[in-house]
Amino acid sequence: MAESTAQVVAPEAPPSGARPRPAARSLHRWLRWLGVVPFGVYVGLGLIAPFVAIAIASFRNSSTGTFTLNNFRTALSGTYLLGLKTSIVLSIAGAIVPGIWGLLLAYAIFTAKRGNMLRKVVITASGVFANFGGVPLAFLFIATLSTTGIVTGWIKDITGVNIWDHSFSLYTGYGVFFVYMYFQIPLMVLVILPALEGLRPAWREAAHNMGAGTWQYWRHVGGPVLLPSFLGCLLLLFGSAFSAYATAEALTGGTIALTPIQIGALLNGNVVAGQENLGYALGVIMVVIIAIIMVIYVILQRRSARWLR
Amino acid sequence: MATVARPGGFGGMASPQEQGGSGGDRPPEAKQSRRRRVQVWRWVIFLLSAAYFLIPLYAALRFAGLKAFPDIFKQSGFYPAIGLSLRLAVVTTILTLVLMVPTTVYVHLRLPQVRRSMEGITILPIVIPPIVLIIGVLKVSPSVLLSTPYLLALVYVILAMPFAYRSLDAGLRSVDLKTLVEASNSLGAGWPSTLWRVVLPNIRTSMLSATVLTVALVLGEFTMASLALFVTFPVWIVQFEQNSGPVSVAASLLALLVTWILLMIIVTVGDRSARKRGGAQVNLFTVAPQETRPTAGEPE
Amino acid sequence: MSALVAAAEKEGQLNVITLPSNWANYGTIMSDFSKLYHIHITDANPEGSSGQEITAVEQLKGQSRAPDVVDVGPSFAVEGANDHLWAPYKVATWSNIPANAKDPNGDWYADYGGYVAIGYDPAKVKLAPTSFASLTNPAYKNMIGLNNSPTTAGAAFAAVYAAALANGGSFSNIEPGIKYFAHLKQIGNFVPTAIGGPTTVQNGTTPILIWWDYLLESEVKPVVPGFKIVIPSDATYASYYDQAISATAPDPAAARLWEEYLYSTTGQNLWLAGYTRPIELATLVANGTVNKAAEAALPPAPSSTLTFPSSAQAAAAETVVTQNWPTQVGG
Repeated sequence: MAESTAQVVAPEAPPSGARPRPAARSLHRWLRWLGVVPFGVYVGLGLIAPFVAIAIASFRNSSTGTFTLNNFRTALSGTYLLGLKTSIVLSIAGAIVPGIWGLLLAYAIFTAKRGNMLRKVVITASGVFANFGGVPLAFLFIATLSTTGIVTGWIKDITGVNIWDHSFSLYTGYGVFFVYMYFQIPLMVLVILPALEGLRPAWREAAHNMGAGTWQYWRHVGGPVLLPSFLGCLLLLFGSAFSAYATAEALTGGTIALTPIQIGALLNGNVVAGQENLGYALGVIMVVIIAIIMVIYVILQRRSARWLR
Repeated sequence: MATVARPGGFGGMASPQEQGGSGGDRPPEAKQSRRRRVQVWRWVIFLLSAAYFLIPLYAALRFAGLKAFPDIFKQSGFYPAIGLSLRLAVVTTILTLVLMVPTTVYVHLRLPQVRRSMEGITILPIVIPPIVLIIGVLKVSPSVLLSTPYLLALVYVILAMPFAYRSLDAGLRSVDLKTLVEASNSLGAGWPSTLWRVVLPNIRTSMLSATVLTVALVLGEFTMASLALFVTFPVWIVQFEQNSGPVSVAASLLALLVTWILLMIIVTVGDRSARKRGGAQVNLFTVAPQETRPTAGEPE
Repeated sequence: MSALVAAAEKEGQLNVITLPSNWANYGTIMSDFSKLYHIHITDANPEGSSGQEITAVEQLKGQSRAPDVVDVGPSFAVEGANDHLWAPYKVATWSNIPANAKDPNGDWYADYGGYVAIGYDPAKVKLAPTSFASLTNPAYKNMIGLNNSPTTAGAAFAAVYAAALANGGSFSNIEPGIKYFAHLKQIGNFVPTAIGGPTTVQNGTTPILIWWDYLLESEVKPVVPGFKIVIPSDATYASYYDQAISATAPDPAAARLWEEYLYSTTGQNLWLAGYTRPIELATLVANGTVNKAAEAALPPAPSSTLTFPSSAQAAAAETVVTQNWPTQVGG
C-alpha cells in the first residue's frame, strides 16, 4: 500500500527534485521482491541445495571421488538410454489419457445436478488415490487381472476366453500404463478442479441466450478459459508419471527399462553396489528433460493464448 | 468460490461471451435429444470410472478377507506409526499454508511477472525422483534436523508445493484480487484486515483443496520416509508384506479408508464453518446448476 | 569378554537395520539377545535392502539412531570396506569361519546363507519340478515367479546365477542365465512381477517361486499348506550374507557383543533354526554342538564344498544383468 501511494505521488513531485527519484524507484523494486524471500529461502534450502548436492556428486566417480563425465556417458547409453526413452513415452501417454479422462470425469461430477455429497466424495477419494501406489497398488491389479485374478475369471466365465492365453499380460508397458491411471486420473481431477470452478455457469447461460450452441461455447468461452490450466495439469501429470517408481518396479520386476527403476536399483538395491553416482546422474538428466518439456509448455501456452484470442 | 457480490462484477474480466456465437434458436426437439445425449456420456464416464477404481479394491478385499482386519491392530507399532503420520500431516499442512498463501497472494498482487517462474519451480518437486531428493536432503541437513522425524514435515512441504501453489494460483486467478484489495483499502481497511477478511474468504476453496492434497500426500508418502528410517504409517504397512499377505493387504486397504474418512471430515468441517461465518454464502463447489434458471437448459 | 558385556550393558541400546523378524529367525535372535543382556534393540526399516543399509550408515553418521551393525549382500560388504565404513573386528570364533568367507582384516565376515531353491504349491502344481531344465515344461505356463528383480534383489540375482550354472554358464559368464529366463518368459512360463512372495503364492499368481531355501521355509511354508521345496538338481548355488560393524557406530560395545552372540554356538544354532546354513555349521557338526533337529529340517542339499564367485566376477555379472535383463527378458 505504501508503494502504491508512492507511485501515485511520485509523478506529482516537483520536477526540481530529479535526483532522489531513480534511487527511490530502484529501492521500491528491491523491496517488492522482499515478499517472496521466505518462499525463496525455503525452496533454496529444501529443494535447490539437495539438488545441487546430488548434481555435484553426479560428476564424481563413485569410488574415487574424482571428477568425471563417465556417469553421464553411461547414463545416456545402452539400457539406460532405453530406459529414458521408454519413460518419456510412457509418461506422455500417462499424462494425456488420464488428463482427458480426468477432465471429463471432473466436469461430469461438478456439473451434476444433485450431489454436493458426490462432489465431496470424489474430491476426497481422488486425494486418497492420487497418493496411492507402489506394492499395494500393484497387488490390487494382480488380484484383479493376473492369471488368477477376479476379472480374468469373470471374463473366462462369461465368454469362455482366457485372456492370458491370448498374449494378454499385465507385466508389460501397457500394463504399467493401465495401472498408472489409478493415481493419474485422480490427480488430474484434483488439479483441474480450481480451473473448472473458474468456468462460471452464468457465462454458459449468457452464451446460450445469445444462441451459441455447445460447440461455440467451448470454442469461444470454455476452451480459452480452460486450456492454459489444462496444459499446466498435463505437465504435472507428466512429471508424476515420469518419476513414479514403486508401482512399475513392483509390477514388472525390472523387465522393463524405466529410468526411476534403474535409479532405484543403483541407489537402493541389493545387487549393484558402488554406483550411486550413476543414479544421481540419471536423476539430473530427468530434471533436464522436465525442464525441456516445461519450455515446450511455455511456448505452447503463449501460442494457444494467441490463437484463442 | 465465493458468490459474494464483488465491486466491478464481471467488469474485471474480459467477457468472451460478447464475441458470442452465431446461429439462432434451436427447435425444441433438438434441445431434447441433446439433453438425452448429454446424460449418456455422463453415465458412461461415471460407470467406467467406478468400475476401474472399485473392482480392484474389491479383488484385494476378497483376498484379504474381513478376518484380517482386526489382526492389524494387534501388530506392534500400529499406534505410534499412525500417530506419527497424523502429526506430520498437521505440521506439514500448517507450514504449507503459512508459506504458500502469503507468497501466492503477494505474487498475484505485486509480482505477476514471476508467476510463470513460480509454476516452473513448483513443478520440480514432482520431477526429481523422491529417492534422489531424499538422499540430497540427507546430505545437506544439519544433524539437529536429521534426528527428528519433523525433518520429513519440512520435506513434505516441498512435495506439497506443486499442488498447493496450483490450487491457490487458480483460485486467485478467478478472483479479481486487485479490485478487491483496492476497494478494501479505499474503504479504510488496513493490510492485515484486508488479508484476513477479504482475501482469505475468497480463496477458501483453494485453501481447503490445498489442505486436502497435503494431508493425503503425507498419509500416503512412503519412499522418503522409509529411506530416512522413520516409521510412518505407510512405512509400517509395508513392513508386514512379508509376514502376512492378507494382513498387509488389509492394512493398505485400511489406510485408504482411514485417509479418506479423515479427508471427508476436513472437507465437511471446512464447508460448515465457511457457511457459519456469514457474510458470503460460500458453497464449496459451485460449478452447479443451482445458479442457473431451469429454462436455460442443461449446463454442460 | 566380561568387560565387553559390562560396557555393552552400560550402553543399553543396539541399532540394527533391515532385519525382518521371520528372516533367518532374527525375531527370536533379537528377543533372546535383548533378554539376556538387557539391551534394547531398535530394528529400522525391516524390509529394506543392503543398499539402504549403506545409505543409512553414511547419511546418519553421528546420529544416535545410526545403524550399529549391518547384514548385507557380499558386494555391499566389499563396497563398504572400500569406503572405510566398517570397523575391523574378529569374533572369538574367528578361526571357524572359512577363509574365503571373510575379509582378512576383519572388516566383514559371512554369517548365514542358503541355496537357490524352487518352491511350489502341490495343490496348484500337479507335476513336481526338479530342476531348472524341468521348469521349461509348458505345463508350468504363467506359474513361475522370482522374489523381486535381479537388478535389485540378491535372491533374484542368485537365481539368475544358478540358472546360468545350469545352462552351461559359470561364475564369469552369467549370460546363459539371462537367456534362460528370457526363454521362460517367451514361452509364457515366467511371471515377471517383482512382488513374488508368500502372498502371490497364496493367491495363485506364482504357485512356483524361486527364492532362497530358508526363506521359502520360513516365510512361504507357514502360509501355504503342503508347500514343497527342492534344490534344483542341475545347479547348486549358495550365497552368504555378511556381517559388519559400523566404524561410526553409536553403540560400539553393544555392536561387538551382538557379533559375539551371533557367532557363538547359541547364535549359530538360532540361525540354523531359521532354516539357514550358518557359516560355522561344519564346526558345530564336528563338535557335536549342532541342534540336530534343526539340521535335519534343512532342505536336503548336495554335499559339495562351498564355492562363491569372487568379488570381481560378481561385480561383472551384476553389470551384465543390469544391462541385459530389461532388453533380453523384457523384450
